[in-house]
Amino acid sequence: MQRLTPFLWLLFSAGGTVAAFLYPVHVALLGLAFPLGLLSPAGFEAERALLGHPIARLYLFAFVSLPLFHWAHRFRYTLYDGLQVKHLTPLIVVLCYGSALAGTVACAWMLWSFPR
Amino acid sequence: MPESVTLVVTRYRPEQEGEPTTQSYEVPFRKEWVVLDALNHVKDRLDGSLSYRWSCRMGVCGSCGMMVNGEPKLTCGAFLSEFLPGPIRVEPLRSFPVIRDLVVDIGDFLKKLRSVRPWLVREREKPLEEGEFRQTPEQLDAFKPFSMCINCLLCYSACPIYGLEPSFVGPAAIALAQRYNMDSRDQGAAVRHDVLSGKGGIWECTFVGECSEVCPKHVDPARAIQQYKLTGVLRSLLSLGGGR
Amino acid sequence: MSQTAYHPRWHRKPMSVWWWLEKPAYARFVLREISSVFVALFAGLTLLHVQALREGPDGHARFVEWLRRPGVLALDAVILAFVLLHAFTWFHLAARAVALRFMGRRVPDGAIVAGNYAAFLVASAVVAFFLTRG
Repeated sequence: MQRLTPFLWLLFSAGGTVAAFLYPVHVALLGLAFPLGLLSPAGFEAERALLGHPIARLYLFAFVSLPLFHWAHRFRYTLYDGLQVKHLTPLIVVLCYGSALAGTVACAWMLWSFPR
Repeated sequence: MPESVTLVVTRYRPEQEGEPTTQSYEVPFRKEWVVLDALNHVKDRLDGSLSYRWSCRMGVCGSCGMMVNGEPKLTCGAFLSEFLPGPIRVEPLRSFPVIRDLVVDIGDFLKKLRSVRPWLVREREKPLEEGEFRQTPEQLDAFKPFSMCINCLLCYSACPIYGLEPSFVGPAAIALAQRYNMDSRDQGAAVRHDVLSGKGGIWECTFVGECSEVCPKHVDPARAIQQYKLTGVLRSLLSLGGGR
Repeated sequence: MSQTAYHPRWHRKPMSVWWWLEKPAYARFVLREISSVFVALFAGLTLLHVQALREGPDGHARFVEWLRRPGVLALDAVILAFVLLHAFTWFHLAARAVALRFMGRRVPDGAIVAGNYAAFLVASAVVAFFLTRG
């Protein structure tokens, strides 16, 4: 586990960078601007077409997967420092990275099998 | 300006009590006095039994670190006027075992400092005939801030991880390891890597950043740690490939 | 705390679970760390979005309607706040993690932070272009 830590940190860093640069605009648009009618979304047809491109799928995969691993790593340490539950390490590791992995696999499957 | 100010000082006399207590002292207020001056006044005039460490009284020896109103400070640089109207709480440095009153044991730090080998490590000593080491201002710039550490341990008191994780080597030790890793004369990065990248090393750090905030010498240990995270990953990746 | 050998007369104060409430800086740190939960939530929301697109125009329309519900809007507002907290703290933290040199001189932190904000604005504009109509 100790030997994996540097690479888990690398994933955490990559995910944090993706989330930092890209999440605010996506949240602002999808979560607030579009539903409140402040801006018009591209619409169902356009979004479907966009996801037809492999680059868009790759983007979305990185967009979902890396920040999930960012959360997993950061949350694990928040549990250690906040709740002082370091003795539950194996459980925490499985829950955190396991969830991130599950999300990643789900995302990969959804994008792989996305209708053209 | 008031005539006097109250200090509320932690007392711990293990021969007569099992838990620390506090004792209040009223000391004269002088605008040029620091907390250390007030403590010396207590020791000289009010209560000779108070125990605490100090030495240079000018912020270079690192001896007089204590918690002042909950913040780790060098008491020789903490002016009474900053804490008016008082009372001013003076407690021993947090996260270290208290031996007596305001005196803490720093053996843990010294052990961890030794473990990072804070000296120039050379594969081969350069004989005198080969001349001196030469260093450009840029090469010096790479490690100079990290060399300013006076081992005052304020950063350890500020770091919640040091309080929570017994194996953590801590900010100053890592900054000093980096001081040598980044020194162009040093060849010891490989031997320091295991300590830095193993249990208790840089990976315990979650970049709270308070260590750098409280450092009186602007060492910025948080920077040293984060920079080694990147180098450390690369080194770990390389060692996977068989290199060292 | 430390690994010093046990000494019967030394006093060690255990660290409270509420240590992070003792100083504003600690509380801000914990808030920053908690932001990762909201990042993960939005990753999940994105998966729901993709799923809605897979289900066809009706499924997508249902998803868009769901996003209009006051509870969901409120949650998204909270997510936005935390995601911005994450982004802005990240831009400043990242500057301390890299030691960049350019033409023999160390690049100052301020320049890296400014670069991060600039890249953030550009990236946001590009994404907005792709996601909005017109």
